[in-house]
Amino acid sequence: MSPRAACRLATLGFNNVYDYVAGKADWLARGLPREGEKTAERRAFDLVVDDVVRCGLADRVSEICEQVAASRYGYAFVVSPAGILLGRLRRSALETGGDATAEQLMEAGPSTIRADAALETLAHRMRTKPLTALPVTTPEGELLGVVRRDDIESEPAPRAS
Amino acid sequence: MSYTPITYPRLCELLDADTQLVEVLPQAEYTEEHLPGAINIPLKTLNAQSTALLDRNRAVVVYCFDGL
Repeated sequence: MSPRAACRLATLGFNNVYDYVAGKADWLARGLPREGEKTAERRAFDLVVDDVVRCGLADRVSEICEQVAASRYGYAFVVSPAGILLGRLRRSALETGGDATAEQLMEAGPSTIRADAALETLAHRMRTKPLTALPVTTPEGELLGVVRRDDIESEPAPRAS
Repeated sequence: MSYTPITYPRLCELLDADTQLVEVLPQAEYTEEHLPGAINIPLKTLNAQSTALLDRNRAVVVYCFDGL
């Protein structure tokens, strides 16, 4: 729709027209501010916490293990220098990893959610799997943090309209 | 008569430069949720009259839900 709108504006004599092709879906998936009647609706970005251990591909398991042991999660996320989520390192792998690198032991391509995911949908998904937390990424795969099931379940129920 | 497709990084630059932002989805969708500062001119109503409120000396960025 927006390419047609941009073209129409050009035909109307506007000389400096741009089309944000990825549109509102892209903006919302980044967890960016929004306006409108639905802004009160709680979404993943309202509950994102960024306290998961992060490491790089070349980091040694022996160093990561201590950080994971001190965190409330049983894993670390492996990210690129730009923060793109590459993999997950579970505590069980870390404990037997010796002097390996994160790249050697990580599980590649963990499932992620977008920042605008509805909390109700996430709660259902986490109960079904079951999962205690899900990583949240931008459309480019940059890790924003995680949403915890405990945090979702402690949210007040939405009011009936 | 042309326009430039952009991605998020370029959008940020344009918004910093006081660009006009136009959501071209129907009014109901705009009312539910839109980007901060955006105005609504639905595609079906896009004409000389409805765009008269836009400043022709400033850049205009249009968007819909996902470009389709």
